[in-house]
Amino acid sequence: MKTSPSLAVTVPETPAELQRIPLVANLRGFGWISNRVASLSEDKAPVWWWILFVPSALCLGMLLFMLSYQVSTGVGVWGNRHPTMWAWDIVNFVWWIGIGHAGTLISAILFLLRQRWRTAVNRAAEAMTIFAVMCAGIYPAMHVGRVWYDWWLFPIPNTNSIWPQFRSPLMWDVFAVSTYFTVSVLFWYMGLVPDLAVMRDRAKTRLRQFFYGLFALGWTGSNRHWSNYEKAYLILAGLSTPLVLSVHSIVSLDFSVSQLPGWHTTIFPPYFVAGAVFSGFGMVLTLLIPLRSIFKLEDLITMRHIDLMCKVTLATGSIVGYAYAMEFFIAWYSGNPGERFHFLNRALGPYQWAWIPMISCNVLFPQLFWFRKVRHNLVAVFILSIVVNVGMWFERFVIIVVSLHRDFLPSSWNYYYPTWVDICTYVGTFGLFFTMFLLFIRFLPMIAISEVKGVTPQSDPHHPLGGAKVKEPALI
Amino acid sequence: MNGTAPGYGIVAEFTTAASVLHAAEKVRDAGFRKWDVFTPFPVHGMDRAMGLKNSRVGWFAFIGGVVGYTTGMLMIWYMNTFDYPIVIGGKPMFSPFSAFPPSYELTILFGAFGSLFGMLFLNRLPRLHHPLLKNKRFSLVTHDRFFVVIECSDPKYSETETRKLLEELGSRHIEVVEE
Repeated sequence: MKTSPSLAVTVPETPAELQRIPLVANLRGFGWISNRVASLSEDKAPVWWWILFVPSALCLGMLLFMLSYQVSTGVGVWGNRHPTMWAWDIVNFVWWIGIGHAGTLISAILFLLRQRWRTAVNRAAEAMTIFAVMCAGIYPAMHVGRVWYDWWLFPIPNTNSIWPQFRSPLMWDVFAVSTYFTVSVLFWYMGLVPDLAVMRDRAKTRLRQFFYGLFALGWTGSNRHWSNYEKAYLILAGLSTPLVLSVHSIVSLDFSVSQLPGWHTTIFPPYFVAGAVFSGFGMVLTLLIPLRSIFKLEDLITMRHIDLMCKVTLATGSIVGYAYAMEFFIAWYSGNPGERFHFLNRALGPYQWAWIPMISCNVLFPQLFWFRKVRHNLVAVFILSIVVNVGMWFERFVIIVVSLHRDFLPSSWNYYYPTWVDICTYVGTFGLFFTMFLLFIRFLPMIAISEVKGVTPQSDPHHPLGGAKVKEPALI
Repeated sequence: MNGTAPGYGIVAEFTTAASVLHAAEKVRDAGFRKWDVFTPFPVHGMDRAMGLKNSRVGWFAFIGGVVGYTTGMLMIWYMNTFDYPIVIGGKPMFSPFSAFPPSYELTILFGAFGSLFGMLFLNRLPRLHHPLLKNKRFSLVTHDRFFVVIECSDPKYSETETRKLLEELGSRHIEVVEE
């Protein structure tokens, strides 16, 4: 830097309560971070990993069996019937895809907002996103009934020379979800490249050298590369931010563009996005709290990380609560008898058993996060994180099934209940999700090694720990 | 130079972010062209210390985005208005509003491809074989060390002078890597 007239000022010592808690506890060095994270996928698989992996893989097998049964027999094996033509399949689709949203929020939006704590959790959260979208994608693909015609959803010329109909939100959804999946994979992979190079350089066996080397693309850590890399990462974050906001908005348009009471509201897009982030953070906490303890990652995923994620959950949960209240208000204020009936039916009708957990799990219980004691009690946070996702599942159920089961014509009213195939398919998607996630923590660095290194004090060339010579008081 | 194999470059190892940043400034001021700094994470301020210009990745993403949006709009107009028009629910054959969401998604999709593949193209990656990757010591670059590498093909390179410069900058370990 050029010397300019500068003013020497003594900066008073920051009081202890205002000092930032370091993102990496115990002043861990670069080497420690590499060793700690990489060893998780280098050591022999622990017993608990097999204990979780075997049932997950069995559940995945069950999913494959259920899907084959459904394809070979017909969609009638599901409980969907008139007027509830969308039921568990779409409930689970929306639920899973919502869970994915926290990963993109952490990786993209928190990056743009310069929330440096995201580095410790973004890799696992992005992996969660990808696997959740995979689980979600199964449902609409299967729900069309004739899965072998799924390619008609894409703008590919076919023998009928007819094209997809782009005036329908369902087509928008095809583009939103497939773009979301693709961009999430690109973003995740790009973040992985420098860490795959870490794994490559540590690899002991030929096989690991080959595969990590292949996927690390020959990354050397060159600063000319980092310069382009950081710019590309920033742009991907900038592109993913409107993407994640648009995906659940478009999913909500599947409903709100229709004219059904309970669906036809303008509040849906922001309300769905808030709910998605809410459930996603629930899932991130559910996954990371046990992993943090088992893998001894307390220095990387500190209590401050947990605390901040709880606060995001609280904020989004409260937005969801506001949306519930606003839906009721508008139902009354609109003076539309259909709307009024529908919302009373939600709260007092035959599906009241779904409405009560929706309100309590999504609006009431997360309020406990106002208390620091709760946010710092890992058992409480873990339980609440599961409660959040139970509540969000009921929300999707209330929105979809309860809105449909009493339609405009009372003679067609019906009471929907799922079949064993519905239930086993849903359990099977957990098998897919956990199988993928367990394989991920087994073979890939579950924490972004090079990003975490970049938020330590010794990474800063102007910090004494980074080797900067301590000079006279700060120059302004 | 030890041995007769042609050298790729001289590799100087540093242990702190500040020392490598300082070294980069000096190497830049000495007028070298074919040189680089290797770090386990992007060091803040290194682009300026090396005298690098703003990355051109943005152009790839921008062009990708424009292509994506145009593709979306034209495709939807062609399919639903020109090639096989069908009236659906009395809606107009083409409306920029209903065509917007898919086009918006394609903007993001193509923009994302542009930024990732643009980055790889500008970095000339994948390149699985690199002289530096063969060096045992250099593999610490992904662990906790920082390296300054000046290539032998740089016009200012000289075995003794360059080594002396790097020693003066505080490097404790200097070696010449073979091609």
